[in-house]
Amino acid sequence: MRLIQTALAGTLESSDAQVMVENAGTGIELSIESDVINQYGRQIRETVLETLARLGVENARVRVIDKGALDCTLRARVECAVFRACRIEKDFPWGGVIR
Amino acid sequence: MRRSMLFVSAQRPALLKDAYVYKPDSLLLDLEDAVAENQKDAARFSLYHALKTVDYRGVERVVRINGLDTPHWKEDIRVAVAGGADAVRISKCEKADDVRTVVRHIEQAEEEFGAEREQTLVMAALESPLGILNAYEICTACPERMIGVAIAGGDFRKSMQTRYYPGGLEMLGGRSNMLLAARAAGVQCFDTVFTNLDDMEGFRAEVEQNKQMGFDGKSLISPRQIAVVHEVFAPTQKEILEAEKIVRAWRENSALGIGVFTVDGKMIDIAFIPGAERVIMMAKASGLYRGDL
Amino acid sequence: MKNAVNREIPDELLQNGRKPFMGSGYYEGTEYRKDAPSVRVREKSFETKLLPSIREAVQKCGVKDGMTVSFHHHFREGDYIINMVMKEIVALGIRDITIAASSVGAAHDPVAEYIEQGIVTGLQTSGIRGRIGEAVSHGKLKTPAVLRSHGGRVRAVERGEVHIDVAFIGAPTSDCYGNARGVGGKSDCGVLSYAMVDAKYADKVVVITDTLVDFPNFPPSIQAVDVDWVVVVDAIGDPKKIATKAARMSQDPRDLMMAEYCARVMAATPYFRDGFSFQTGVGGASLAANRFLESMLVEKNYKIKWIIGGITKPAVDLLNKGLVEMIVDAQDFDVDSVQSIRDNPRHYEISVSQYASPGNKGAFVNKLDFVILAALDVDPDFNVHGITGSDGVLRGAPGGHPDASAGAKCTIIVTPLVRGRMATICEHVVTVTTPGECVDVVVTDYGIAVNPKRQDLLASLREAGLPLKTIEELKDEAYHIAGVPDDLEFHERVVAIMEARDGTILDVVRQIKPMKL
Repeated sequence: MRLIQTALAGTLESSDAQVMVENAGTGIELSIESDVINQYGRQIRETVLETLARLGVENARVRVIDKGALDCTLRARVECAVFRACRIEKDFPWGGVIR
Repeated sequence: MRRSMLFVSAQRPALLKDAYVYKPDSLLLDLEDAVAENQKDAARFSLYHALKTVDYRGVERVVRINGLDTPHWKEDIRVAVAGGADAVRISKCEKADDVRTVVRHIEQAEEEFGAEREQTLVMAALESPLGILNAYEICTACPERMIGVAIAGGDFRKSMQTRYYPGGLEMLGGRSNMLLAARAAGVQCFDTVFTNLDDMEGFRAEVEQNKQMGFDGKSLISPRQIAVVHEVFAPTQKEILEAEKIVRAWRENSALGIGVFTVDGKMIDIAFIPGAERVIMMAKASGLYRGDL
Repeated sequence: MKNAVNREIPDELLQNGRKPFMGSGYYEGTEYRKDAPSVRVREKSFETKLLPSIREAVQKCGVKDGMTVSFHHHFREGDYIINMVMKEIVALGIRDITIAASSVGAAHDPVAEYIEQGIVTGLQTSGIRGRIGEAVSHGKLKTPAVLRSHGGRVRAVERGEVHIDVAFIGAPTSDCYGNARGVGGKSDCGVLSYAMVDAKYADKVVVITDTLVDFPNFPPSIQAVDVDWVVVVDAIGDPKKIATKAARMSQDPRDLMMAEYCARVMAATPYFRDGFSFQTGVGGASLAANRFLESMLVEKNYKIKWIIGGITKPAVDLLNKGLVEMIVDAQDFDVDSVQSIRDNPRHYEISVSQYASPGNKGAFVNKLDFVILAALDVDPDFNVHGITGSDGVLRGAPGGHPDASAGAKCTIIVTPLVRGRMATICEHVVTVTTPGECVDVVVTDYGIAVNPKRQDLLASLREAGLPLKTIEELKDEAYHIAGVPDDLEFHERVVAIMEARDGTILDVVRQIKPMKL
């Protein structure tokens, strides 16, 4: 998927994560802020990268501010940010690349 | 059994991730009023992953979709079915055709996502006088999927040009008509939310009235309300003992081919059995019955 | 070597008779002679104790390089005393100071600077937060900090393991001779329980107040016979942060659910009878348990004989409703508790030795029936941790937790199963602060685990129909939800020693490695 615009999804509430994606350069440039980075930083990074790969996002600057989100929440926020950045508003591929 | 149906915003991960710990009978995962207009998409993504990932431990997962007058409801149905929700709750339902329209889209989604046919049940929220007047047609529009109907007090009171009063006289007509329709159609019937969390006495009074009127349960806005509903709907020890005697006597007598008999001097026949069995089921759910029935 | 809670204690720490933790009650029945302070005699009545400044008090007390100075934390995050005193000590060019405080926090951030400059080289405390915690965790303190429970701190002073050269005691009121009280004045903190022991065992005692009252200031918490000097300053603290507004009873449904479980656990045990004794921590769920307890007391027509500990409004409410006979108080957390000890004759001040010391002839905690406390994490052996954050930085307090847990017949730990994303029931706790053998029941939002050594309680709770799980089941559940956490990474260097309340070594805290993703 090609990002058309910069997009944000999620909140800074407890158990949530805020994800910002923007079209940039080559490759994925990922930054993560989290209160639980010592214990779960590696898993957060894996989940975010895996979700981006599944969506076919190859070039993006991604910023995650994590407030203790579970993996399912991280996936939802990354996907939402990417679809917003691609300006897709309906007929989402549930069970396809979203899974 | 659906005594307690707890609303949870699909946009709030803190609640969505494990609202089952409060042990409601059903969760109403909300894509409608609890989600801001510009967050409808985000809520669907959260909902999808919650439905797919979280083990809700037997708690029923009902998705409340946006009204048929919005641009959102079709996508709401797709995500609910794709995620494997147990049921869809139709907001602002006014006529039987609304139910049929939603069911048609559910069927399409079931086909699109390879879901089992008729896996997704429906229920309807009646929020206007027209919805109440059409309640029987709504209740009977799709017998194979219809769980039941719920009255939504906020909008209903507004269209009746009234507001909340303790005692609920302003809701009497709406509640009674919906109950009659639901019972005539053989589906369940649920009361509206009670929004003042600081007034637990008023809440309890309303739940007691719900039970007296014959509701199956109630929509709830906070986990704090669950215990009261379960307590009020729980049968008394006397009711449980009586129900147990009736069910046991029925089993013994029907095995001998006897259809009418007496328990403690009261004449009992098959008409008493569903009620008695419901009492035992409620007693089990409330942790009040540990017998072998 | 490994100690009784299976923690590796470096051999170099086990010298000069220091032992690894051997299990609770290891020193039961042993005898020792208590430490005693030196006394500068005042035989003549006309010499004044009033000094014009803290600096002069530091000089008069002869504070010099290598000394230990002590402080209490009744002013909590509103305390001005530590910073005022340390500023003068530093200004006088004195070095190599050990701070022996009952707790330090964000109010004392300037002290972190003195640690980094090598002026403060030792720290002994029962709580550590703010920049001091970060400095210690990053290995800036020259010697390992020593962390003790409130009772353990008193025991160390009583046994002379910590000898205080000068105690600086902030007091809401004092007379010119040093009779000091916790009540009254501008910075009312209710009690001076932590400072009572320092006053009895320090060689020099300085009372610092912002409200000088007529002699004699009676009945005193700190007695003039123990006090060398009195200094009057403009303000000893920020009253708003000393006695905070009572926390609103938690309305969080998760807290309330766990609180109700706690109350039901209590009611299911044989200790729930007329006249039991009770303590709660100040966490949301622990406090909310009071509310559920109240209806159970009324229903059974029971009264609580005494409530002890850090006191908050819920305890005061029970006292005022006649549902508890007396409060014995070692610390006040809100304006309601401060007001209560001032006005209610059934609300008593006690010293922290009376409250919790394992080094005297029997403390109050030994007579406790129930205590409800929070935890950061709990391991499958029921060991409790409450001192470092999820990043390994010191940011907490063992406080009275190990003392009340060791004493109470039924110790209930209450914690949500997952906090943020942290699994609170986990394979390895970061640091053991309370040994699992003192913990009887763990209450979570996902179910209740009973320590297998308490088969009696297990049977009672099962009979009551409570949702029981094993601690292993809870741990698996937590990991299933949150994922298995990676271990924190530490350097070899020990930055803090966590003492068991009897002075043996329960665990060590090592210098953290900064996280790199």
